[in-house]
Amino acid sequence: MPGPASTTSGADVTKRRHQAKPRARGQAETPVSIRPVSRREALKYITMGAIGAVPLMAPGGVMDGLVADVVRGPDATDQISVTAPATTKSGRIRQWSMIIDLAKCDGCQSQGTPPQCTTACIEGHFAPQPMEWIEVYEADFGGGGTQFIPTPCQQCENPPCVKVCPVGATFSTPEGVVLIDQERCIGCRICMAACPYDRRFFNWGDPPIPPEAALADYQVEQQVPATRGTVMKCDFCPEMVRDGTLPFCVQACPNDAIWYGDLEEDIATNGRTIVKASRLISENNGYRLKEHLGTQPRVHYLPGHGEDVGRDPGVEGRMPTDWPWIERAEGAVSWTR
Amino acid sequence: MDTVTNWRERLISKTTRPTRVTTYKYWLWLGFLILITGNGAFQYWKQWQDGLYVTDMRDRISWGLYISMFIFFTGVSMAGTVISAMLRAANAQWRASITRVAEFITAFALMIGAGFIIVDMGRPERIFNVYIHGRWQSPIMWDVMAITTYLTASLIYLYAPMIPDLALYRDRLAGKVGAVRSFIYRTLALDWKGSPTQFKLLGKAITIMTLIIIPIAVSVHSVVSWIFGMTLRVGWNTAIFGILFVAGAVFSGLATLIIIMAVLRKTYHWEEYITERQFKYLGYMLASLALFMIYINVSEYLTAGFKFEEGSEFAFRQLFLEEFSGMFSFYIIFGLVVPVAIVLIPKTRTIGGIVVAAVLVNLAMFIERYFLVVTGLRVPLMPYEPASYSPNFVEWSIAASGVAMFCLLLTVTVKIFPMFAVWEMTEEHDAAMALTQAEETLMHEAAIAGPRLSTEVSPDSGRPAEGGAS
Repeated sequence: MPGPASTTSGADVTKRRHQAKPRARGQAETPVSIRPVSRREALKYITMGAIGAVPLMAPGGVMDGLVADVVRGPDATDQISVTAPATTKSGRIRQWSMIIDLAKCDGCQSQGTPPQCTTACIEGHFAPQPMEWIEVYEADFGGGGTQFIPTPCQQCENPPCVKVCPVGATFSTPEGVVLIDQERCIGCRICMAACPYDRRFFNWGDPPIPPEAALADYQVEQQVPATRGTVMKCDFCPEMVRDGTLPFCVQACPNDAIWYGDLEEDIATNGRTIVKASRLISENNGYRLKEHLGTQPRVHYLPGHGEDVGRDPGVEGRMPTDWPWIERAEGAVSWTR
Repeated sequence: MDTVTNWRERLISKTTRPTRVTTYKYWLWLGFLILITGNGAFQYWKQWQDGLYVTDMRDRISWGLYISMFIFFTGVSMAGTVISAMLRAANAQWRASITRVAEFITAFALMIGAGFIIVDMGRPERIFNVYIHGRWQSPIMWDVMAITTYLTASLIYLYAPMIPDLALYRDRLAGKVGAVRSFIYRTLALDWKGSPTQFKLLGKAITIMTLIIIPIAVSVHSVVSWIFGMTLRVGWNTAIFGILFVAGAVFSGLATLIIIMAVLRKTYHWEEYITERQFKYLGYMLASLALFMIYINVSEYLTAGFKFEEGSEFAFRQLFLEEFSGMFSFYIIFGLVVPVAIVLIPKTRTIGGIVVAAVLVNLAMFIERYFLVVTGLRVPLMPYEPASYSPNFVEWSIAASGVAMFCLLLTVTVKIFPMFAVWEMTEEHDAAMALTQAEETLMHEAAIAGPRLSTEVSPDSGRPAEGGAS
């Protein structure tokens, strides 16, 4: 659980950085109504005040100035290195969040492809087969007909998985993202038992790793390369957003169904439009999965059956997920879920 | 009637018999156990090479046989505490001949149980992260703490009452056994001379350990249950789990003790010391625990089934009607109801009958541990097809090697350590003799007093004889 100490340390870092690089753009505090904004502008809002993200293969030396140790675990000496949190121009730490518009999601059925969010995530993160960090479930969640539910890690604010971890390998960052340090994980899998959303995956064997991933310098926020005997899951791509781009799944969605945003500044974008996040949620009767459990997910859903895509909600089925790089991963095993 | 000295000499001779006499059957049995253990070790080596991939566990049912074995063995480890500590605290006068076996069971079962946690880990080589980065908020850490404490306490509790017997072995077996065993006895006996001060100190130590070890044992089995109870899963998300696991632990601990007592009694002809009386009393305890377990089960399944919250239908269906109904009904019928019947019906309340009941109980408790783990994980959390799991050869091999290693430890122990608390048994025998003598005197007086207080009338019901006689 993130203690107050860690939040403070994050804020301090932020302050220091903010003074060094003032990138304020006046307008951000004005309440924004739902209006179209260009993609470029939207990304500027989102990354405002943020530092550049660490390139995938950045050598440690370059990162020294950019990386802050965020205090995790039982005592101050127990640290996992993660990048300093992104902040608003007034220095408040951004609170990443996702809003998924089910009225716009048809599981990519209409275009005859596997769900593009899942595919892009797999390509971008080299998520080992058969892990689908964002998985599109098909369900009847009420109102009749089928519903496609893209489900990333729900990034709970009261995360059951973080509570049970014996070694503090999984933790919440000040940005509200739940991450896993695969270099610390002991593979006891109690977090998988604790997660009420089935969003955690285990490397049962040596995971398939393509050569380009094998060379990567391991970062907690990227989880590349994957290692055997550890747990993985959606990491919410905070480093990409800090770098000024959107998570793979958001970028890839052909129907712009996935919104990514910052609850602190109350904005969200699907890569095409920028909106006020709270208004988007409330005006569309947004809900969260298994709200009654009290896990406080950071992923919100807007109800629907893909009707905005013009899909017949009575039709089920979609293309199976593909791991395009799997052929390049030599000597690896894969398993079924 | 024997004189006290004769009785004691015979006891010592019988107790030390395993250290003096070894038949070919022993080596055969030892070889068999080593074979099973070796196969498990080989399979674990394979698992070490390739990861948990070699098992049948997968993301949706991510715990299986290993965790079931862990719960089962930590449960069995309750034996020593129950028999030894609880009966010692209650000062039961029939416990002395079985406490040592019970204490050995505790220590060994705990070691094997803890081993299964390591076997189940994805990265066993990172086990020390638990000490480097441990978080006290995690139920796994509660387990690490409780189990290490319990193991330490039970080893002390095993060792302390054994000191006088080790000294006895040191004195009696000098020159009769090899150098290694002589060294063991000499070292472990700690210069015990049997002086009154030493006995007084030992008595104090045992009393303290008796009082400490019971709450520790209860805590161990509670935190084992809380690994599951602290999750939001249907079937696990219940406060009754702690009680269910503690009661189940006592239950299977008793059953294991009964089985091992019977085996030792038969193998080493200890009929004089492990008598039908001990089996009957343990049988009564077994039956009352079975009744308590029935109550816990009714309580849990009624309160969950009455409300039928989200997910309960699936959980109940798989347990009562579908995939796990066979296991569940075996557990209820043969694990809980039949043992009660066996103990309650006088005709089956024999040593053989009670051993059968104990075997059924242990089988059922193992099955219960297994289906509790697997059914809890199997309830779908999201709209997906329920996963299936059945342990494969690797898992069965490693599980079997756990059982074999447990037997192996006991088998070797019998040849080295005193399986009877000779000094306690002597004390108990002396007390019993004194009691018998007192009773005889009483009986004699009663016989003189006349037929009114004759054999069939107990002193209590005989009291109002003045009014009721006419």
